[in-house]
Parts: sequence; C-alpha cells; structure tokens
Amino acid sequence: MNTPNTRTINLGSLDKIPLGQGRSFQVEDTQIAVFRQRDGKLFATQNACPHKQGPLAEGVAGGGKVICPLHSHKFDLATGQGSEPHECVKTYVVREAGGEILLQL
Amino acid sequence: MTPQKQKLVVIGNGMAGARVVEEILKRARDRFEIVMFGAEPYGNYNRILLSNVLNGSQSATEIFMNPLAWYAENGIKLHAGVKATKIDRERKVVIGSPLKKEALAYAVDAAAVPDAALVEESYDHVIIATGSRPFVPPMEGFGGTGTFLFRTIDDCDQIAEYAKTCKHAAVIGGGLLGLEAARGLMTHGVEVTILEAAPQLMIAQLDPEAGQMLRDTIEDMGIQVMCEKITTKIVREDGRIKRLDFKDGSTLATDMVVVSAGIRPIAEIASVSGLTVNKAIVCDDQMRTSDRSIFAVGECVEHRGKIYGLVDPIWEQAKVLADVLTGFNPKAEYLGSKLGTKLKVMGVELASMGDTKPSLPDDEVVVYREPSRGVYKKLIVRDNKIAGAILLGETDTAGVLMQMFMANSAVSSRRADLLFGSATGAPVLSVFDLPDHAQICNCNGVTKGAIKEAIMIGKCHSVAKVGGCTKAGLGCGSCKGLVAQLIEAYAGEVVDDASEHYYVPGVALEKSQLVAEIKRLGLKSVSAVFRELAGGKEDPASKVGLASLLKTLWPGEYDDERDARFINDRVHANIQKDGTFSVVPRIYGGVTSPAELRRIAEVAEKYNVPMVKFTGGQRLDLLGVKKDDLPKMWKDLGIPSGHAYTKSFRTCKSCVGTDFCRYGLGDSIKLAQEIEHRFQGIESPHKMKLATAGCPRNCSEAYVKDLGAVAIEGGLWEIYIGGAAGGTIRKGDLLCTVKSHDEVLKLMGRFMQYYREHGKYLERTYHFVERLGIETIRMIVVEDSEGIAARLDAAIQQAVDAYKDPWQEAAVPAYPGQFSAPELAQVLEVAENNG
Ligand SMILES: Cc1cc2nc3c(=O)[nH]c(=O)nc-3n(C[C@H](O)[C@H](O)[C@H](O)COP(=O)(O)OP(=O)(O)OC[C@H]3O[C@@H](n4cnc5c(N)ncnc54)[C@H](O)[C@@H]3O)c2cc1C
Ligand code: HEM
Ligand code: SF4
Ligand code: FES
Repeated sequence: MNTPNTRTINLGSLDKIPLGQGRSFQVEDTQIAVFRQRDGKLFATQNACPHKQGPLAEGVAGGGKVICPLHSHKFDLATGQGSEPHECVKTYVVREAGGEILLQL
Repeated sequence: MTPQKQKLVVIGNGMAGARVVEEILKRARDRFEIVMFGAEPYGNYNRILLSNVLNGSQSATEIFMNPLAWYAENGIKLHAGVKATKIDRERKVVIGSPLKKEALAYAVDAAAVPDAALVEESYDHVIIATGSRPFVPPMEGFGGTGTFLFRTIDDCDQIAEYAKTCKHAAVIGGGLLGLEAARGLMTHGVEVTILEAAPQLMIAQLDPEAGQMLRDTIEDMGIQVMCEKITTKIVREDGRIKRLDFKDGSTLATDMVVVSAGIRPIAEIASVSGLTVNKAIVCDDQMRTSDRSIFAVGECVEHRGKIYGLVDPIWEQAKVLADVLTGFNPKAEYLGSKLGTKLKVMGVELASMGDTKPSLPDDEVVVYREPSRGVYKKLIVRDNKIAGAILLGETDTAGVLMQMFMANSAVSSRRADLLFGSATGAPVLSVFDLPDHAQICNCNGVTKGAIKEAIMIGKCHSVAKVGGCTKAGLGCGSCKGLVAQLIEAYAGEVVDDASEHYYVPGVALEKSQLVAEIKRLGLKSVSAVFRELAGGKEDPASKVGLASLLKTLWPGEYDDERDARFINDRVHANIQKDGTFSVVPRIYGGVTSPAELRRIAEVAEKYNVPMVKFTGGQRLDLLGVKKDDLPKMWKDLGIPSGHAYTKSFRTCKSCVGTDFCRYGLGDSIKLAQEIEHRFQGIESPHKMKLATAGCPRNCSEAYVKDLGAVAIEGGLWEIYIGGAAGGTIRKGDLLCTVKSHDEVLKLMGRFMQYYREHGKYLERTYHFVERLGIETIRMIVVEDSEGIAARLDAAIQQAVDAYKDPWQEAAVPAYPGQFSAPELAQVLEVAENNG
C-alpha cells in the first residue's frame, strides 16, 4: 500500500528525456522538471525558478547542477539549494525502473 | 540525560553579531541555544564590501558571508527582518516586531508591519550588536526622493537605481566612506561633487598636506571636491532635487544627494531597557553592560570612553566576549584597539594609522615627498615604535607597518626601510617571526595561523586561492603583500593564479592549451572533453563554451551533443522572460519583398503572435511564440533562420546605397547581401553584428559594428572592426581599405576566423580588438606577418561550407521532445506502490 502522503507516478519511457537534458512534466497543477544526466543519474525539481519563474527544465544541466536559462542562477539538483542566498527549489525523489521514469510525490 | 541548554539571544545580525556567534560556536558548539534578531531581511553580509558593490566590482550576492543555510546548519534561529524593540529584564524576554519589507532597517522609527504579532524570545544571556546608523547633519529637505545614505545593501541598490536618472550627484562628507561613495557613483555615469565641511579631506586620518595631495588625485579622477561647505538646504522643483544651498551663500546644482557624514551608535534598545548608555552602550573590559547577563559588541559599544567605527576592534571584542561567555577563558579582557585604515578607492593608494601629527616633544617625524608622482609618506616614531603613519600614492610597506604598529614592535633604526623596504631587499619584518595569532587581514579578521593552514594543509599557493579559502585579502586588499610573503615563506613560491585565465571554469586550461589538448586527443564532443581533461567531472557552466569552441575546431566533424547547447540553440529561437520564444527570419541585408512580408504577416496571424516588431538589426521579430509552434511556423515561413538567438554572425544591415541614395558611393545593399549569404550562422565567441554603408554618412551605423564596411571616394571600401553601440559604445578601428566586394568578403572572413580561434568565450570583438590592439591584428590579418592567412581563409571557407539552416530541423526534430511543451503526466496511473 502507498503510505498516505507518498504516491508514485509513472512518467513514461526514459527515452523521452534526451541524454544530459531536462524535460518538464505537468503533474496536476505543478510543473516538475526531470533531469537525466549523462552518467545515468535522475533528478527532479520544481520547474519554476524561484527567481523569476524561468523554466529550469530548459537550463543547461550536469554535474548535479542546473543553470536557469533566464538569469543563470544555479541550483543543486540533489538538495535544491540555490547559488543565491534565500533561493532554493523543491526536489522530488525520482528513479528509473524497467526503462520508465518513476516520480514520487 | 543532556543538561538543558542555556539560551542566548543576539540582537543585530551584522558584522559583530554574526562574528561573535562564529567565535562562540568555535569554542563550544553545543553550549547555547542561539536566537538572532536581524533588522535587515538577509543573512549576514560583509558590510565593508558594499563599496565594491556600489562601484560594480562585486555583486551583492558575492559579499554574503553566512547564507541562510549556515544558520540552519548550526541550529541558529534567525528572525530576519525583525527589529528587537525592548529587553524585558524582569521577565527575561527580548521583544521584537517584524519590519515592513521596504522599511529602512536602521531608522529610529523603522516601519513595523501593522498588526503583526510581536516576537518574544526568553533568554539567559543577551548580546546587543546593533551597530550604528549614518549621521545626517542638520539641513532642510533631507529625506524623500533623491536623498540617500550609504549603509546597507538596500541603500546601494537604491543609489544605483536612482543614479540612472541623474546627471550630477553630490556626496556630503569627505571621509573614508564619502570618498568610496563618490568613486562608486562615478561608475554609474554621473558627475560627482564631494562636499566637506572641514578644510580638507579625510581629516581623521590625514594631515593637511596629505589631504591636499589626496584632493588633487581625486580631482584628477574627475571628481570635484569642495571643502568648507556646509549644506543648509536641499532645494526641490517639481519633486526632484534642483540644487543645494550652502551656509556661505553659494549653491550647487545637483540631481541627487548621498550623505556620508559619520555614524551614530544604535543604542535605543539599551536605553529603553534601562541599561547604562552614554554616547553608546557602556561596556566593561569583558564587554558586559550594566546588566550582568547582557553584553554588547561592535559599533554600538562605548568602551573606556571610546567608540569604534571599523571592523578590526570588532574582531577583538568578539573573541573576548566568546571567551568569557563560553567559559573558555573567563578572565579574557578587551583593552581597546589601535586603528589603521586603507582607502578602498580604485586608483588611489592610501593607508593611514595612528596619529597624523606629532604630539610629544620627542616625537620623531620622517617625511618623504614626491609631488610629481603624487607620493607622500610620513612616519611618526615615538620611543622607537610607530605612533602613526600616512602612506599616499605608494603603499607597498603598508601591510608591514600596520603589523608593527598593531604589535607595538620596535622598528629598524634605518627609518627609510619602513617607508621603502630595506636597501638589501631583506624583509623589514620577517613573517616567520609573527605569532600565529597575529591578524594579517584586518578586514576579515584572518590570522597568520589560519593562512598558514590554508597554505600548508589546504595547498593554497596563490594569493587568490588563499583568499578563496580564508577570505584574507578580499576586503581592502592591503594585506595581499603579506599573504604573498607567507606563501613564499611556507610554500617556497607564489603561484600566479591560473584559474582566471581558463577558457571555461570547469577545465583547468587556458584557451591555447585547451585547443592543443583537444586536437592532440582528437576530442570531438563536450562529454569527451570532460572525460579526458576534467577528470570526468561535468560542469554545466562550462558546457556551452566548450560546445562553441569544438564547433569552431571541428567544422563538419563536431559531435554535437544537444545537452551542451543553451536553450536558444536547442530550439533555434530566443527565450523570453515568460518562457516563450521569438522568431526572427533571415532577411539578407535587410532587404525584403512584398511576397515575403505577406508570408510573414500570414504566419504571425495564423499563430496569434502577440507582437511583431522591427529589430535594431533591420529584421522582423515575431515575439511571444510557444515552443511547440516553432517548427510549424518555420515550415510555413519557408525562410531560413535569422540566427538572432545565438553567439554567431547575426545580421548585416545596410543603407540604401547607390541604388537610390543620391550620396551613395558604393553598392552597400549588394555587399551586405553577399556578406550575409556567405557568413550566415557562423559561430563565434560572441555575437557579431555587421553593417555596410554606402558613404561615410554612415546611415547604417557601420562604424559601430563588430565588422563594418564603408564606401569612400574612388570606389574603395573601408573595413572597420571592433565597433559597438550597445551597452558599450566604441567606434570600430580601421583595419584596411580595399577595392572590391570580394576583398571585403575575404578580409572580413579572415578576421572572423582569427577571432573565432583567439577570442575568449563571450568576448565581443570590441574587447578582443582592444586586448590585442589594432596594429597586431592588422599585421596578422592584412600583412600576414605570421604566414597564417591562407590557413585562416581555408578554415573559414570550411565553416561556410558546413553551414546548414537549423530551421530545417522543423521537418525532423534532432531529438525527441525538442519542441514539446510540458507533458501532462497521467497521475491516475499509479505505477507501483512502495509501502
Ligand atoms: C560602505 C562601508 C564601507 C566600510 N568600509 C570599511 C573598511 O574598509 N574597513 C573597516 O574596518 N570598516 C569599514 N566599514 C565599517 C564597518 O562596516 C563597521 O564597523 C561594521 O559593520 C560594524 O559592525 P556592527 O556589527 O557593529 O554593525 P553592523 O554591521 O551595522 O550590524 C548591525 C546590524 O544590526 C541590525 N540592528 C540594529 N538594530 C537592531 C534591532 N533593534 N534589532 C535587530 N537588528 C538590529 C542592523 O540593521 C544591522 O544589520 C565600512 C562601512 C560601510 C557602511
Ligand atoms: C534577452 C535580451 C535581448 C534580446 C532577446 C535581443 C534581441 C535582439 C534582436 C533579435 C536584435 C535584432 C538584430 C539581430 O538579429 O542581431 C537585436 C538588436 C540589437 N540589440 Fe538586442 N537583444 C537583447 C538584449 C540586448 C542588450 C542587453 C543590448 C545592449 C547591451 C542589446 C543591443 C542591441 C542592439 C544595439 C541591436 C541593434 C543591432 C543592430 O543594429 O544590428 N540587445 N536584439
Ligand atoms: S550612408 Fe551614405 S549612401 Fe548610405 S544612405 Fe546614408 S548617405 Fe546614402
Ligand atoms: S528566473 Fe531563474 S535565474 Fe532569473
């Protein structure tokens, strides 16, 4: 059984996300960015940058970080910590199973 | 069972408050439950670096010392944006009220959020570290639009913002801070006048002669100085400042005023709570106020009748207080500080310490003057020790003098050594002899011990690395010489910090070395570069720069990994602030046709494009396009990409030239079209915007383009390079004059290739040309002094041949989801349970 507050959502095939890039998914009323690193690691964060709502999924990512495409604020994909004081993004647990992306809410 | 922690409440989250907490944590991590009140809505930042923020050499985010995460990691509860208003000593609670976001943190009557609940924190001990507020001399009209103080990040932001609307600014106060404010204002493009009430600048630190020399130096920098001016009134017209009236009847026209005329301690909270307050909060040698459980530290303190306005005494006070409070050394005492300062104004070398003039009959005064170079050095020696010194124009020995002055050490009998270094070159002060607790960086309170550790254990062998590790040298910079000496002493030799020269931050190689390695190893993709040259460590901040370089190095062969591209280059359009994109079709030379215009109009209507606008580059920009509409629009347009989004050849605009203009000397339209057909899409370190003009009237602004061609009498074309008319304005340098369109194309291409190979990433041509010098470039590109012209011509030809219109990807996306909007996830389909 699912514990009351966590649900797992299947976002579909891993191939939807090109290697090294991010892609955004609309999950109910939030947009979530999922990143697929070249080393195989997956990360998920809120898509909207806390600075001015830039789409983080469109940012250049790698080495566990993403750079917002609008004003280049950086965020740690594992912890959500931003490069600017007071800025951080929500992160989500995400993993791959059988070639599919499983996101935990 | 763990014993109940004692609760410590710190009021004020500035330099002193944060420092004392750091010192306490160092001594006893878990002794106290710590709560801090900070009137400013931030973590703690380095106030002394505000001067750098105002003059633009650092950004506000760079000067933060303790980010909010630091408070969390150390279990400190921070009430940011909350002003403590009273200490209820009966109930032992500190009471605070949240301030409005726009409130002036240090104002006596800082506006509180109406009806917000008060914050109450009980305490066992309190530390007051409220600092001070700027002093405003009595004058009519201060406050409101156009008047500013200089104390906080918010102040800096507001000054910089307002300066944009001004031509002239007046700075009231010619002290250390006033000068730094004036220099900072200059970088915002206003004319600045300093108004000083005394007869000279920096009266607290300089004698009249040095004051006059400093004034000359400052005036040479373009800042006007007026002494003996007491402002009585700020006069406004239509709500904006018009002029200042002075006591002597004279006036000065100005648009804004920054007051920096000294500081006053913030002590209200102590007075309303019944503590002894004289000029500031009175403390004993253990930093205790008149209440045994309440302490104070920083600029709000009066100790033995003295109030300090610099950070150095604060570091000493914080150590003593931490020793006492943690019981680490209950007998620790603060006995007062000696003061030395350095002016952190670019282009002025000035250090001053102690007395400015002799005060006892036996005081010995040594003076050296060299007016032609603006050098003045003065030393006051008392009992064979330094009682004071002024170094202006040349401050090489300032760090050493400061150390000797602070340590009260006996000085060399050859006084000249103290001003110029010893004749033999042997160090005047051996850094080996300094004790580990000697403070080297007074701005950031870094000791010799900490620096030694960074050098020996942290392996920091450059001044910049030591700074990155310990913060030494990042304040006024006067200790950098000593840091270098320490590196020499403990590591053998100082390494010039190479990282500044790296092409991208994540690969430790300069451009030429990087290029050589890439070629040697045959690296054709960004991931291969990380794998082979960066120990496998990916750095997102380096990806785009590497991609640009690789594409230049391997035309046609480059392994184009799309994740290394910036979003604009992934979808061939320019991302806008709301996440939509813009579409700019290629219009060769800025010449279009009715049919083309009709098609553009139809596409704009079909896709409900919110705005259609002419760009400065003679193009049509369709703005506000959704990502998934991009490929459809390109197909419908049937025009190649205008490359308005990437670091590459952008546009070549033209004037009407010989076709219609009655002045035209050369066919500027045809040339522009030829240029654009040849070089469209050529990648470069930064964008290249071009123009051609049919005569020197220059209607198309070719003189101020990255590359421009201007027709002159006799059927000739002048080629200009390195022009700019954006945020920077620069007239291009004349590269050469040629006879035909073909020659223009050839030389422009050759220069472009040279720039592609030698420009730093994101270096515009105007920086590139300035860095290398037009003569050097002319020698190489026109005279072929290095014998590489033929190779450059071949390389650019190869790049031209490799050009493919990126909008062709409309038909076959380069990768799945290239142009997709966020995908709707089917939440109902729960994949599996994890319970
Ligand atoms: C632009 C500038 C340049 C400077 N350059 C130098 C330099 O080169 N060298 C040097 O030695 N010194 C320099 N100084 C001086 C130095 O910054 C100060 O000596 C130092 O900041 C004082 O530290 P403090 O903690 O006592 O006060 P602050 O740093 O001012 O900290 C006090 C904090 O407490 C807050 N506060 C006040 N009242 C309350 C309350 N009731 N409740 C909650 N919070 C409150 C204030 O908002 C403030 O954030 C400079 C100062 C400025 C403004
Ligand atoms: C994200 C912000 C910006 C966007 C989307 C943008 C976009 C454009 C576009 C599409 C053009 C048309 C010409 C071309 O294709 O090259 C253009 C021209 C121009 N832009 Fe920008 N620009 C931006 C920021 C700036 C900034 C910050 C400056 C100044 C520092 C600037 C200065 C210019 C100038 C001077 C021109 C005219 C060029 C010419 O006449 O050839 N732009 N811009
Ligand atoms: S630059 Fe000269 S030729 Fe071109 S439109 Fe202007 S006046 Fe005519
Ligand atoms: S919106 Fe992300 S950095 Fe500005």
